[in-house]
Amino acid sequence: MSRRLPPTDVVVVGLGWTGSIMSYELCRAGLRVTAIERGPWRDTPTDFPPTTAPDELRYSIRHDLFVRPAQETLTFRNTMNQTALPIRRWGSFLPGNGVGGAGVHWNGQTWRWHPWDFTFHSSSVARYGADFLPQDHMMQDWGITYEELEESFDRFEYLCGISGKAGNLGGQLQPGGNPFEGSRRRDYPTPPMQMTAAPQLFAKAATELGWKPFPQPSANLSQAYTNPYGCKLAPCTYCGFCERFGCGNFSKSSPQTCVLPVLVRHPGFEARTECQVTRVNLSRDGKRATGVTYVDTAGQEWEQPAALVLLCAYQLFNVRLLLLSGIGKPYNPATGEGVVGRNYAYQVTGGATGFFGQDKIFNPFIGAGSVGMVADEFNADNFDHGPAGFVGGASLACILTNGRPITNRPVPPDTPRWGSEWKRATRDNYNRWAAVGLQGSVMPYRGNYLDLDPTYKDSNGLPLLRMTFDFPENERKLSRFAVDRCVEAVRAMGAHTVRRNEISGPYSIVPYQSTHNTGGAIMGSDPKTSVANKYCQVWDVPNVFLSGASLFPMNAGFNPTGPVGALAYWAADAIRDRYLPNPGPLVPA
Amino acid sequence: MPDAPTSRRLLLSATALIALGGPAAARSIRGALPWSPNEAYPPPRVTAGGWLYFTAEEAASIEAIANRLIPADALGPGGGEAGCAIYLDRQLAGPYGSSSWLYMQGPFARGTPEQGLQDERPPAALYRQSLSAINAHCRARFGGRAFPALSPEEQDALLHAIDEGRSGIAGLEDKPFFEMLLQNVMEGFFADPIYGGNRDMAGWKLLGFPGTRYDYREMLDRPNQPYRDPPVPLSGLRAASWQVAR
Ligand SMILES: Cc1cc2nc3c(=O)[nH]c(=O)nc-3n(C[C@H](O)[C@H](O)[C@H](O)COP(=O)(O)OP(=O)(O)OC[C@H]3O[C@@H](n4cnc5c(N)ncnc54)[C@H](O)[C@@H]3O)c2cc1C
Repeated sequence: MSRRLPPTDVVVVGLGWTGSIMSYELCRAGLRVTAIERGPWRDTPTDFPPTTAPDELRYSIRHDLFVRPAQETLTFRNTMNQTALPIRRWGSFLPGNGVGGAGVHWNGQTWRWHPWDFTFHSSSVARYGADFLPQDHMMQDWGITYEELEESFDRFEYLCGISGKAGNLGGQLQPGGNPFEGSRRRDYPTPPMQMTAAPQLFAKAATELGWKPFPQPSANLSQAYTNPYGCKLAPCTYCGFCERFGCGNFSKSSPQTCVLPVLVRHPGFEARTECQVTRVNLSRDGKRATGVTYVDTAGQEWEQPAALVLLCAYQLFNVRLLLLSGIGKPYNPATGEGVVGRNYAYQVTGGATGFFGQDKIFNPFIGAGSVGMVADEFNADNFDHGPAGFVGGASLACILTNGRPITNRPVPPDTPRWGSEWKRATRDNYNRWAAVGLQGSVMPYRGNYLDLDPTYKDSNGLPLLRMTFDFPENERKLSRFAVDRCVEAVRAMGAHTVRRNEISGPYSIVPYQSTHNTGGAIMGSDPKTSVANKYCQVWDVPNVFLSGASLFPMNAGFNPTGPVGALAYWAADAIRDRYLPNPGPLVPA
Repeated sequence: MPDAPTSRRLLLSATALIALGGPAAARSIRGALPWSPNEAYPPPRVTAGGWLYFTAEEAASIEAIANRLIPADALGPGGGEAGCAIYLDRQLAGPYGSSSWLYMQGPFARGTPEQGLQDERPPAALYRQSLSAINAHCRARFGGRAFPALSPEEQDALLHAIDEGRSGIAGLEDKPFFEMLLQNVMEGFFADPIYGGNRDMAGWKLLGFPGTRYDYREMLDRPNQPYRDPPVPLSGLRAASWQVAR
């Protein structure tokens, strides 16, 4: 029996990056906000102080911070004619859990996406013609432009204190920055991080190849910074324990360092932790959300009534909650109809690992999640795709994040995996390898989608989300093309041996690739092909707003959190300035 | 915070979900950050003492295997000497060994390689079954000798056969067992010594990994220079052979 609680103005489901930003912005707008988070409270001094944070086994290998699959996971198959099986142990991606969400253990590579990304469909048709687009694609523009989002990108960067170098200030190209980026109103809040040996070598080689390398925009801070909320961050110490770890130094931008200290003190705010939201409740006609139902750790079910519901549960779980709640028509790949679950995309990853001679000492343990140099020549539509024969692109980067020894001790190809020869090669190469990696776009396709699994259930007895995904030929072409460029770069850096890392065989959930899942509850300009309008408001249920990468109709050649943060600000503004004065659909259907 | 850190930690862990009965267990947080000074959750330190999971023969087998996967040589100690068996014993006695953090609901099916782990048996059970199969095979083939009593050459030949999936040992699934074994032995050799392996930081010294120093800013102006300070483990400087060699 579910017990009913007194109503609140806003229920926020999930207290990660988007949940914390939207909670605070709406508290400041005078609303009472209740955030409900399935995992525990987490903070720097208790959960990841420097005395316990640098623990590779606990965090990176045993996955201490991520949601435990025993609590919630999903099922997976490559194609519709296979039977999906549960992801019993995380591999390809690592969903967050607890206050801060994946914002606790991200790397902090923080991008504005290209203006082209937001109009990727119409721009591709205009330049290459509709026949050039890959078979079975579901490409469609976002319904919002880079120019509309520019201010929100800026706010997220200043919230985080991002360390970087502008490439395009008000249309003026800036030497040392990314010459391909969209126009920005001002430079990054803090200067770029100081580069370590490998990125420096890559920058030199990339310049020789005719590329224009620039520093990775970084949420590991180059210097102390106080953000507009008054939260303080400290300079990064290059400890080499970033991705998969909480930062013990207050130097990685996260909900913990950037928002929670002020959010928790706000009288309008309450967080309820260790409570799993199981559905959004709807009015009898299904046109209005009345609140959410959640289950606490004692198994007690509660109903929290609210005037507004924000889904901030991460891409995968936003989509699952929509499906469990019966909000929006589920996508049917057979007919192409329906919206919830369509346009699921992922990330092309890979690159080239180079092994160098005795003269190099890279000290790979001196690293940070975002310390590196990037080349953007082959991303988005920054080059002519005609000869390449695929749509989309990839950013190439030399980012030496860590030399953690359980995972990161590559040896040249053909080295045995164990024994004396392995041991010698491991010792000889630990300090003498460097990689150039790529992050490539993935277009949306008819057969790549999310729905509910018919067989497997979570610990509350509710169906798991089911993922059907493989990399189509367009993305495999992109992978080969971009890996070729990485190999060129690693050779130009002087490597004597190079190992290619490219897509071969079907997509696998076993090796880690990236926690850059996108789509499934996309924004757009037509309710027939999108779940939410350009204000992230659900077409069918206007008092539900969405957040996160579930809104993206495609995935670009960059990490997602820049636009995720920007859209959180954008949606919070729309709620305050447009929805509150006149609650109802913000865009006529 | 009225709760002692340990009990609070228990409350927070997902495994406690099932264990808890009683009144509403949600935590409400408002007004202030909900923690007290000096509250942190370090991993319990592995202490010496008898085996918690392994039988004596299993432990001796893992020690012998670890010494072949990572042999003692001029570069330093072997995996067995470095404590890989103690490491693995303690891991198998904990949530890793029982897969209690993983999704272990049925139905179980074999699946494709791309669908990842689908084995119903958690690591602890897999080790028990596999080591017993290997030792039974050894006794039958090598005149009553179990794996630890084989010569290093015999051990290597058998491990190669398992690695390559051609051991033919009854009751052993070569590939999945070997992948798990190799991964776990490497973990034992390279994880922080607090978990019982990597004794005297042997694994870290092999590589030149400085452990948990957590601040390398002083090195930024010295690219391509060797890092000379000795490694430091989670248990702190006192446990390390602390000296500045610069
Ligand atoms: C290892 C790793 C590295 C990454 N590196 C980068 C990077 O370098 N650059 C980049 O741009 N991005 C990176 N990301 C991605 C980035 O972390 C996410 O884009 C970002 O955190 C998404 O914000 P969100 O608010 O949508 O989700 P999250 O921050 O994950 O927050 C979602 C919250 O919702 C909670 N929740 C989920 N379901 C429920 C439910 N039913 N009830 C209650 N609560 C629920 C979760 O527990 C979680 O706390 C990385 C991610 C990972 C895991």
